Amino acid sequence: MADIAPQVVHLAGEDDVPGFRAAARRLLAQGIAPGRIGWHVAGAAEGDLFATEAPAPEAPTELGAVLKLPAFFVSLCNRTALHADPARFGLLYRLAWRLLREPGLRHDLLDPDRMQAEQMARVVRRDMHKMTAFVRFRPLAAPTDDGWGITHVAWFEPGHHIVEATAPFFARRFAQMPWAILTPERSARWNGQQLAFGPGAQKSDAPPADANERLWLTYYANIFNPARLKLAMMHKEMPRRYWKNLPEAVLIQPLTALSAQRSGQMLEQAATEPAHRRPAASIALRLDQRPEVVEAPGTLAALRQATERCRACPIGQFATQAVHGEGPVNAPLMLVGEQPGDQEDLRGRPFVGPAGQLLDRALAQLGLPRAALYLTNAVKHFKFEPRGQRRIHKTAAQQEAAACLDWLEHEIALVRPGAAVALGSTAARALLGRPVAVASERGQWLQRADGLRVLVTLHPAALLRMDSRDFDAAFAAWLDDLRRAADPQYL
Amino acid sequence: MDLNRKLAILADAAKYDASCASSGTHKRDSVGGRGIGSTEGAGICHSYAPDGRCISLLKILLTNYCVYDCLYCINRVSSNVDRARFRIDEVVQLTLDFYRRNCIEGLFLSSGIIRSPDYTMERVVEVARVLREEHDFRGYIHLKTIPEASEELLARAGRYADRLSINVELPTSESLRVLAPEKDGQAIRRSMARLRIHIDDAKAAATPTVATSQPRVAPKRARAPRFAPAGQSTQMIVGADASDDRSILTTSATLYGAYRLKRVYYSAFSPIPDAARGLPLAAPPLVREHRLYQADWLMRFYGFAHDEIVGASDGMLALDIDPKLAWALAHREKFPVDLNRAPREMLLRVPGLGVTSVKRLLDTRRIRTLRVDDLSRLKVPLKNVLPFITVPGAARNGLDDANLAARLRPQPRQLSLFDLPVGHG
Repeated sequence: MADIAPQVVHLAGEDDVPGFRAAARRLLAQGIAPGRIGWHVAGAAEGDLFATEAPAPEAPTELGAVLKLPAFFVSLCNRTALHADPARFGLLYRLAWRLLREPGLRHDLLDPDRMQAEQMARVVRRDMHKMTAFVRFRPLAAPTDDGWGITHVAWFEPGHHIVEATAPFFARRFAQMPWAILTPERSARWNGQQLAFGPGAQKSDAPPADANERLWLTYYANIFNPARLKLAMMHKEMPRRYWKNLPEAVLIQPLTALSAQRSGQMLEQAATEPAHRRPAASIALRLDQRPEVVEAPGTLAALRQATERCRACPIGQFATQAVHGEGPVNAPLMLVGEQPGDQEDLRGRPFVGPAGQLLDRALAQLGLPRAALYLTNAVKHFKFEPRGQRRIHKTAAQQEAAACLDWLEHEIALVRPGAAVALGSTAARALLGRPVAVASERGQWLQRADGLRVLVTLHPAALLRMDSRDFDAAFAAWLDDLRRAADPQYL
Repeated sequence: MDLNRKLAILADAAKYDASCASSGTHKRDSVGGRGIGSTEGAGICHSYAPDGRCISLLKILLTNYCVYDCLYCINRVSSNVDRARFRIDEVVQLTLDFYRRNCIEGLFLSSGIIRSPDYTMERVVEVARVLREEHDFRGYIHLKTIPEASEELLARAGRYADRLSINVELPTSESLRVLAPEKDGQAIRRSMARLRIHIDDAKAAATPTVATSQPRVAPKRARAPRFAPAGQSTQMIVGADASDDRSILTTSATLYGAYRLKRVYYSAFSPIPDAARGLPLAAPPLVREHRLYQADWLMRFYGFAHDEIVGASDGMLALDIDPKLAWALAHREKFPVDLNRAPREMLLRVPGLGVTSVKRLLDTRRIRTLRVDDLSRLKVPLKNVLPFITVPGAARNGLDDANLAARLRPQPRQLSLFDLPVGHG
């Protein structure tokens, strides 16, 4: 093919991506090697005088289907082709050429051609993003009378050929605000219905600052914290080339100059006497001056307040709240679980998570109204290990459970239940004061020294952890235990 | 007082809140609406101040009058700063005017506590309601929530806002008791828990239910009740109390796990005009703040547990090297790892390799052997990476060199990378 004359492709404009794609498909199908093609953009400097004109593009669809370029290349093309570098079309064509011939290339993210094209796409995307950020509209004194009724106009100088690609963002954002964006190469306008593009403009075609722009400058000057100057960071994210069209940029130099001086003053200045006396309202709000216990002692409400403050073990400081028992005084049955879980901790109520729902299901099957029972836990705070966006339940250590014993005993004394059910070994140990092997002692009535009868069974969470094949039988056995506890002849 | 003066005071009063994010909410635009505004997932930083912070939202206080006396706060009742108070329509008009100029993504509204938490919260929510309902504003709204405000106001705030936040302010309840005597750590956590429940419920309601009875009928998707689609965040002040970095990270990990926060912001305690007595009148610990953010990223994106990041016995992160390098130097027995074989979890722990680089390496090594030139093209810092890996084309790594730490530590001149404040370095 070396004797074929170089071909020139004429593109309609710098951002003529469809033209590039159509020509590329045709040339690839004809097997024209990358080195034989010149890419010429209308309006750009003249190319190779001796080149033959490439024939006009044909219907590209069938060829496109035959060529089978990977999907990533199409989206890469849409961005890289907008780069200001004149070599971009050649690079993209070479990449397409190689993709068709080197099967491994589509998975090779570190190939030099591919990385260069992707780097260009990144630069274009960044320029587009900066355009969405740094375009500054100024209101016109009156809407334009050209049939478009434009009320806001911006002057912007993008680094790449991105105006058409970025304009739809502004149409979506300002659907009900007719605007025009003027740039040296292209201009865009929007009337609330229709987006149109025209030739480039000059800065003087855009309106000057209006009176209210001052408010934006005031905001900029005052949101800045002089005690923490980080100029490199600012330069990185807001490169200097954008400054000339950002009204607030005139403040950067004076604010920076004043910064060291202002923060130095703050450091040197001694603290002043408070000029205002603390209002009475504030005093009432102080935690350490709030009354310790407002409820009558010896009630469940008082117990609740005291538990809330308990720091006898370290788990309380990480929990949201202490989770108290719930139910009527003199309830026939008190169900005691291990400790609150994630949902209980968030909602401040016992047995409202997955284990609680399983318990509810069991109670419903047994015809026991939950509201008639007293539900509580042996440990009042949730113990967990944070793992990303979750909290992993951890069984309370013996010492931590022991620190909580008093609260449970107070509860028993105040509620005076007919009998108690220990759900799981932590509850059994707390109620019976000795280690309990749940598997061997479940389902029988045991008695405490104070006469309270206790029936031990599994915690619903243990059922949830089971293999699903064993669940049905285990659930039935668990219901049997609970049925025995609920038998009126024992209550 | 004229609007310009009010804006100056109430922007100044708001600048100690680090958050300015406008990302993470659902996509929407103003096509077919009555007003303006859109959000497209990623946030947009419309400007940057010389303090290096992004300006994405109009971040202001409704008022800087406050009945609380939090020692670290410029707006505390005993401070001598000038006070001002916006009318609701003033905030609405400022937001819309700045938005039309394309200066902002939306509004971040906070307030000093006046009269009562409920009274204050109601005014804050009213601003958001007017923007949404009367002006059909579809930009971003972040509302600071007052923990003691009523459940009903919290629920209303979530209907209008993209993001809600409650500042935990300080790493421990004890510090809060000393420095912010009116604030109640328990109430703050309970409010965060309530927000998480609301956010979870809204998400669950938005998940389409599968219709099984009528297989040919598409499942009906009820319109999801909107509740703070961009989630909740919080801020912790660093350097105003004695908490070490280990306890700060423990608190963060707990907050992420318990309340599914999108972000915990660390705000180096900044000397404020008219500072309270008994607070450090030092330059803000900016490098420490930076290290905490790096450690936070290690927890959220690199698979590090909160309790393995700080190795030093004093509970502090090293200031001269980043926490990942510090961890690798302290765990050399786990290195070098084979770049062509090591699992993702281990590659993420190699100093100098980020999440994106690791993904590219993993994808490419499926089809061919990685060589050292691949790393150069990825533009990763070879000096940091090479000692911790083996890869064809690279010499032996020098992992066991006694002076490795010294070699990898940035030279003092390079400290400008951290951008220490001029005159306080």
